[in-house]
Amino acid sequence: MDMQTKASRRHILKWSGVGAGIMVAGSLLPNFGISTALGAELGDGDVGVLNYAYALEQLEAAFYIQVLETPFSSMQPNDHVILSSIRDHEIAHRDFLKKALGRHAIGGLEVDFSAVDFGSRASVLGTAEVFENLGVAAYNGAGQLIKNVDYLAAAGSIVSIEARHAAAISDLLRPYSAQSVGRGHVDAKGLDGALLPSQVLPKAAPFIKTPVTAASLA
Amino acid sequence: MTEQNSILSEIEPELADTILSSRRDVFAKYARRAGFLASAPLVIALASNEAFGQALPKKVEDVLNFALTLEYLEAAFYDAGNKASGLIPGKYKTVFRTIGQHETAHVKLLQGALGAAAVKAPAVDFTAGGKYADVFSNFDTFLTLSQTFEDLGVAAYKGQAGNLAGTPVLTTALQIHSVEARHASEVRRIGLKLGWDGAFDKPLSKSAVLAAATPFLA
Repeated sequence: MDMQTKASRRHILKWSGVGAGIMVAGSLLPNFGISTALGAELGDGDVGVLNYAYALEQLEAAFYIQVLETPFSSMQPNDHVILSSIRDHEIAHRDFLKKALGRHAIGGLEVDFSAVDFGSRASVLGTAEVFENLGVAAYNGAGQLIKNVDYLAAAGSIVSIEARHAAAISDLLRPYSAQSVGRGHVDAKGLDGALLPSQVLPKAAPFIKTPVTAASLA
Repeated sequence: MTEQNSILSEIEPELADTILSSRRDVFAKYARRAGFLASAPLVIALASNEAFGQALPKKVEDVLNFALTLEYLEAAFYDAGNKASGLIPGKYKTVFRTIGQHETAHVKLLQGALGAAAVKAPAVDFTAGGKYADVFSNFDTFLTLSQTFEDLGVAAYKGQAGNLAGTPVLTTALQIHSVEARHASEVRRIGLKLGWDGAFDKPLSKSAVLAAATPFLA
């Protein structure tokens, strides 16, 4: 399959918040670990995939923590219940992955939410919708990169929660709409998104200051 | 317990247990199944358990037929629900129409992937022998069964991911899995519940899924 072929190529990806976007530095270069002092190298194989997930969960957890610390003024009880629960999930996902990775875990990432207006319901929920849908597509696309079936099962236990979040956030924005069951993200075949790390990282980059590199994910 | 598994069990004993027992079920000898061998499609779907040790394509084919059986069930359920006059309140019609479109698309996709090997649609009884006699006249009953089918679908796909690891079909299955999770979240929302039961969704083995679905197969 096309995605698997791409996944098997060895790339060096740079994921950075300073507008560098993505840097693909040749297909056969080893990982020089150039950024380990300054940023985070995700690593090889399953460790790389889990660190990739860990990075995304760090981003989500940090976002919802901020959302609940500085709630928008019009936050209704229903908003609060749902956003608090999602925050708790993302923290649980983040901590689960950190523990699973043990000494292989990347450090804490420095985030940048300057583009988000935390006082605005539309801005907060709009950003949440982007993060949740990006998470769904990221896990869906990363499943094929995971070798250990126990890790695949763990990722499966997380991705459907992200999809449940995506629906809940869409419902808060547009109650009982087609979007709240996936329109806009589910295609005519009834399939959800699936993106490779090389497609996900540039979308997450504007929200992350710490340079993140992936030597072997594509 | 192997070294690989210990990583999971250290961090989340309950989740690890669920994941590991689900895998054990998948690979088990199938003594317990005899109690609910009710219909021809089920017999065929159960044959997937026989595939352990056989060539991969057969194993994949059996997982897809298992999935197709569930999608037939869902598609028929929403087809009947969407056609039943006075059942679905106006403000929820878009949601259930969209869900129905997705389930029909999943049936077509899986039928296309399986070709001549696709199982036929099972005969269905959504009253489950009279237990849910008002399923298509009482919205609360309809909603209860909708949530049951969606949550069951999420757990069923999740439980099969390990059987699809290393095949191109895995990504497609994951892309269906997260759509079912979106449905489940929104249906629960309509029922005035949170869209989830916790931070990690649990998989179900094929035998557990079939045991839950069997009452609805005529």
